Amino acid sequence: MDKPLVIGTHSFSSRLMMGTGKFSSPEVMRDALEASEAEIVTVALRRVELDNPGDTILSHVDRDRFVLMPNTSGARDAEEAVRLARLARAAGGGSFLKLEVTPDPNYLLPDPVETIKAAEILIKDGFTVLPYIQADPILAKRLEEIGTATVMPLGSPIGSNRGIRTRDSIEIIIEMANVPVVVDAGLGAPSHAAEAMEMGADAVLVNTAVSVAGNPVAMARAFKKGVEAGREAFLAGLGQPRKKAEASSPLTGFLR
Amino acid sequence: MTFYDEIGQHSWQVIEQEILDRSPADVERALSSSTPGMEGFISLMSPAADRMIEEIAQRAQLITEQRFGRVIGLYAPLYVSNSCTNSCVYCSFNADNPISRLTLSVEQARAEGAYLHEQGFRHVLLVSGEDQNAAGLDYLKAVVKGLRPLFDSISIEIYPMDTDDYGELARSGVDGLIIYQETYNPDRYKEVHPAGRKKDYRWRLETPETGGKAGFRRIGIGSLLGLSDWRIEGVYLALHARYLMRRYWRSQITISFPRLRPAVGGYCPPCPVSDRDLVHMMTALRVFLPDAGLLLSTRESPHLRNHMIPLGVTSMSAGSKTDPGGYTHDSGTEGQFEISDHRSPHEIAQTIRDHGYEPVWKDWDSSFIV
Ligand code: SF4
Repeated sequence: MDKPLVIGTHSFSSRLMMGTGKFSSPEVMRDALEASEAEIVTVALRRVELDNPGDTILSHVDRDRFVLMPNTSGARDAEEAVRLARLARAAGGGSFLKLEVTPDPNYLLPDPVETIKAAEILIKDGFTVLPYIQADPILAKRLEEIGTATVMPLGSPIGSNRGIRTRDSIEIIIEMANVPVVVDAGLGAPSHAAEAMEMGADAVLVNTAVSVAGNPVAMARAFKKGVEAGREAFLAGLGQPRKKAEASSPLTGFLR
Repeated sequence: MTFYDEIGQHSWQVIEQEILDRSPADVERALSSSTPGMEGFISLMSPAADRMIEEIAQRAQLITEQRFGRVIGLYAPLYVSNSCTNSCVYCSFNADNPISRLTLSVEQARAEGAYLHEQGFRHVLLVSGEDQNAAGLDYLKAVVKGLRPLFDSISIEIYPMDTDDYGELARSGVDGLIIYQETYNPDRYKEVHPAGRKKDYRWRLETPETGGKAGFRRIGIGSLLGLSDWRIEGVYLALHARYLMRRYWRSQITISFPRLRPAVGGYCPPCPVSDRDLVHMMTALRVFLPDAGLLLSTRESPHLRNHMIPLGVTSMSAGSKTDPGGYTHDSGTEGQFEISDHRSPHEIAQTIRDHGYEPVWKDWDSSFIV
């Protein structure tokens, strides 16, 4: 039996987190979220009106079922991210926060300096902070030391569907981490999600690959299976092909 | 959560059983993974892995070459005091042993340092028993001050202090801390440490963390081999190293392999560790911890040390004396334990070269320290 995924004071049995952007309709989104069996769902604060019960996205996210994790996408610096986060909480957005500070509008790459600044302030404010970061092991440690609940390194740029191009760095992040490592961004296929989980990531976050799929509901289900397969493989202990050692014992023959 | 809390979640017996239950297939799998992890490491330490020691050694050699190159660092211990208030049953300096006690003056310590400097050493390890009256913080600071012009790296193997005191030593020029748990088995620990402050298992166990907080660049841990089952000790060492690496990630973690040697008092190790076991343990740890420094002292024979050069060792001591003042004159007091490799530092450097490795005297610079 697998251990639950613990983030802040919550535990989860699903290791797939879902985004809510770019779906063709709120109904498709709702069905896809359901099929994914995710327990954490992120919404872009710039897209929703938290205090409006009729908001098209929020009214399709069952908050008894999903933990809502607002994100600060669009924030260009720490100040903007902190302001967005505080407004969100005041409007009932809860304390989970996916911190995204992305000053460039094209690749949406995270700004490490501003992310650290914002994380410091938000943690003092009592938020459970899950920062979106470059796959930079030292940055990950610095954030962990500040007190973030996870680190969320990118596999490749947001929406690129290219899979895990930062494998070597993510391996180091996983090896060094004391908090859950969630691979975020760039996972374009269930096999990418499986790969992240096989490497020992604690969870993955997926959005575009599901929302723009021909059949988002089926794709959400496929991602769920990919995550589970990868996790199970990791727990089972993967083998790899290796060179056969020489029959003689050049290094340890002296012991006989 | 300190490491004491963390190992509270494991039990000696459960780990022992896990080690015994591993199959050759588990070992194969661990060897074939690029990151064997703790599960894989347990397999590598199991009796099932005994027959695969050559394969483990080859992996260890490959990893060490990739991470460190073909180099062996050289250092020498400098014993400043054999005065001790503890009663570790395996140690000549045990307070109950009728040996003559000596604490070097700051001048004498400097003379010993000058001798080692002359031999080529730039890395020195200050060693002392635990006696705050003989070798307290101010004394140690004065010794360090005297040695700084001679050495680029000064490590200490003294006794547990609090963060403030270790911090003072760090600021005065000490960059490395070595503190062995001796044994991770709490019952055996109690048995062999019957008196003195060292009785306190938990306090000892948490001292490397204190060193991490104090900002030492290198933190060394180790089990005194022979006190209890080396396979289980090895697993605890691996847990400890990983714990420290993840929390004090700015420090390099080193592991030493001190095997019990004859000492005054005639203590007989209850769980003797053979050469084969020692090689097995060290190479398996290398596979699990590609970046750890692995230290081998002159407790071991020239034969074994020569063969271990390519197996994952990163540093060796050479020409060591384990009695205070032993380098510059015959102190007439007992050493802490018997030396087995009596070759001179230059002979050892030459042997390292003969094996195709580079002996490195200086791998640090005192200007890193404020
Ligand atoms: S091992 Fe260290 S603490 Fe114990 S008696 Fe020897 S010098 Fe003292």
